[in-house]
Amino acid sequence: MIGDYTLVEFSSILAMQGFAGLILFSVFVLMALGLAIIFGQMGVINMAHGEFMILGAYVTWLCSHFVTAYVPALFPVYFFVAMALAFLVSGALGMLVEWAMIRHLYKRPLDTLLATWGLSLILQQLYRSVFGAREVGVSLPDWMMGSIALTDIIEVPINGIFVMVLTMLISLGVFILMFRSAWGRRVRAVVQNRAMAGAVGINTKKVDRVTFGLGCGVAGVAGSAFTMIGSTGPTAGQLYIVDTFLVVVFGGAASLIGTIASAFTISQAQSTMEFFMSGSMAKVLTLLTVVGILMLRPEGLFTLKMRR
Amino acid sequence: MSDDTPRKSPIATRRQVLAGISALPFMGMLGGKVNAADYPTAEVNTTGLAVTDDKVTVGILHSVTGTMAISETGSVQAEKLAIKQINDMGGVLGRQIDFIQEDGASDWPTFAEKAKKLLVQDKVASVMGCWTSASRKAVLPVFEQYNGMLYYPTFYEGLEESPNVIYTGQEATQQIIAGIDWVAQNKGAKSFYLLGSDYIWPRTSNKIARKHIDKLGLEVVGEEYYPLGHTQFNSVINKIKLRKPDVIYAIIVGGSNVAFYKQLKAAGIDMTKEKPLLLTISVTEDEILGIGGENIVGAYACMKYFQSLPNDNNAEFVTAFKEMWGEEIVIGDVTQAAYLGPWLWKMAVEKAGSFDIDKVREASPGIEFTKAPEGYVRIHENHHLWSKTRVGHALDDGQYEVVFETEDLVEPDPFPEGYQ
Repeated sequence: MIGDYTLVEFSSILAMQGFAGLILFSVFVLMALGLAIIFGQMGVINMAHGEFMILGAYVTWLCSHFVTAYVPALFPVYFFVAMALAFLVSGALGMLVEWAMIRHLYKRPLDTLLATWGLSLILQQLYRSVFGAREVGVSLPDWMMGSIALTDIIEVPINGIFVMVLTMLISLGVFILMFRSAWGRRVRAVVQNRAMAGAVGINTKKVDRVTFGLGCGVAGVAGSAFTMIGSTGPTAGQLYIVDTFLVVVFGGAASLIGTIASAFTISQAQSTMEFFMSGSMAKVLTLLTVVGILMLRPEGLFTLKMRR
Repeated sequence: MSDDTPRKSPIATRRQVLAGISALPFMGMLGGKVNAADYPTAEVNTTGLAVTDDKVTVGILHSVTGTMAISETGSVQAEKLAIKQINDMGGVLGRQIDFIQEDGASDWPTFAEKAKKLLVQDKVASVMGCWTSASRKAVLPVFEQYNGMLYYPTFYEGLEESPNVIYTGQEATQQIIAGIDWVAQNKGAKSFYLLGSDYIWPRTSNKIARKHIDKLGLEVVGEEYYPLGHTQFNSVINKIKLRKPDVIYAIIVGGSNVAFYKQLKAAGIDMTKEKPLLLTISVTEDEILGIGGENIVGAYACMKYFQSLPNDNNAEFVTAFKEMWGEEIVIGDVTQAAYLGPWLWKMAVEKAGSFDIDKVREASPGIEFTKAPEGYVRIHENHHLWSKTRVGHALDDGQYEVVFETEDLVEPDPFPEGYQ
């Protein structure tokens, strides 16, 4: 490869590819985090994860319309409000779903898979009926689109930086919540031994509901952020679901650190390979590698030792 | 910012009057009203189709649920508009068109099943439907076995010619060659980067594009395919930046489109500077709704129809379409092609003086539709349409400005020699 390019160009390739990998990493973490919380902490396989993300995207779209129509002055910063709303709306729907459906199925993990898949179909058709079958375009403030030119060749997309910062903040928030707060301690206690946690006075039902809501809320924020880089339509959630599961399963279902490590591995592998071969081949090789590693380590990269 | 406030809808009576006016020019196109009594049902329908003395039933077969609903909705709307206009001016052989709509649900076996239902149980006289090549391939054996007639609206990869299908969209050469010639001559393009979603249509199209680029003595500096639904294009954008092609030739479809154009813009590639220039054959006005006009402004698209096409037929069509489906709606290439289906069928039936499929098939080649929104079209012996190829320049309001059209109609050539 170096033969075709000058040294400056080659180092620029490295810099830009490194950055592309980091953006992909952030995107993966952001979309997998919500699923990892639900899957890892509760053992529920949430097939409707993508639809919770798209709910966040639609909330953002509604916000952009509302702000344009009523308070155009706030347009440059509406995105932050939209993300907060996306979190609340998706989280609230998540809690509702947990109450109406999931809690009856905790003892039957395979049935939750079917039930949430059904939920995803219901939500898709609901979006189609409410917002129309066509994709909607979310208009973004100008400052969020565009790039910063570092040199002639190296240009850094602003929305990429935005996603990276957002991912860092949200991961940090989730970590503090999980590992430094009283609520997180209760969640971990329930994960490790549900009966015992109940016996010492933890309201396990409430913990379940809030955990599910939190996972869905984070999915909503991810969906909101992805309006910058992807499409918003009734079935757009399906575009993310495979990668999301890949990241979570590869990382080790019960470990948030594992999710982040696996997102890093997969994203770097994929973006490097995409550069040297065609996109489809890169995807095939990534998947093959993941399958290979999972054959050797069925629990994923990181595992928690726990008693069921 | 685009103006998103909904406009006041006209009151019902005015709406009806306008719809009536917009249908007026179509009247008398084929020598005025036809009296059904002149065409006794026993004579015009010898094969037991769903034709009565005052009614003829056709089928509409598209996905209104599932992932393809996003694309096929426009086609359904166009077909219903055409049927309504034909009914307003007296129907076909004096019979009003009734339609049965079935949902293919974005699932190819479902398409085949519903096609069979329409042909065997409902005995429809023709079917307007299908969108993806996969769905067409799924229903093809059904149409050939039960001798139905399908009007298929989408531009597609070619390599097919069935006696039971009329292809109202372009086959690949009609969409590709003129566009590449145009960028080579008018934009001085020397090098191309071919990019596509990974399935048959983009791959076949790029094969033809590559052959043609070779023929012109120009260079292809890269060719890449990404899985359907791919959402991360940063790596390929980096590659494009390094290869510095004159033209990015993009055939990306579906949700990936939105991701690609947003990321292209975010990576600092300003398409209005045309360095590189972007030429696509997969982004119609429909797709721009999702992409956002500001993210694709400056790109070129090679199609046969744009909503902004400046001719009287199109002005009437756009007015009628908006009257029926709302002021905010946009009309893309395939939507227009879908609109042609019912009209071409009506003309074939009237030329044949019969609803019988075999007679309609015989009558079809040579049929001219002078009131087509895209201008003038004619059915070729190979069941595709003669039509012009046009290049549009994307504006930031989500519309295209037509910057070039071929002088003559381009002959459809579904099996291009030397391009396979």
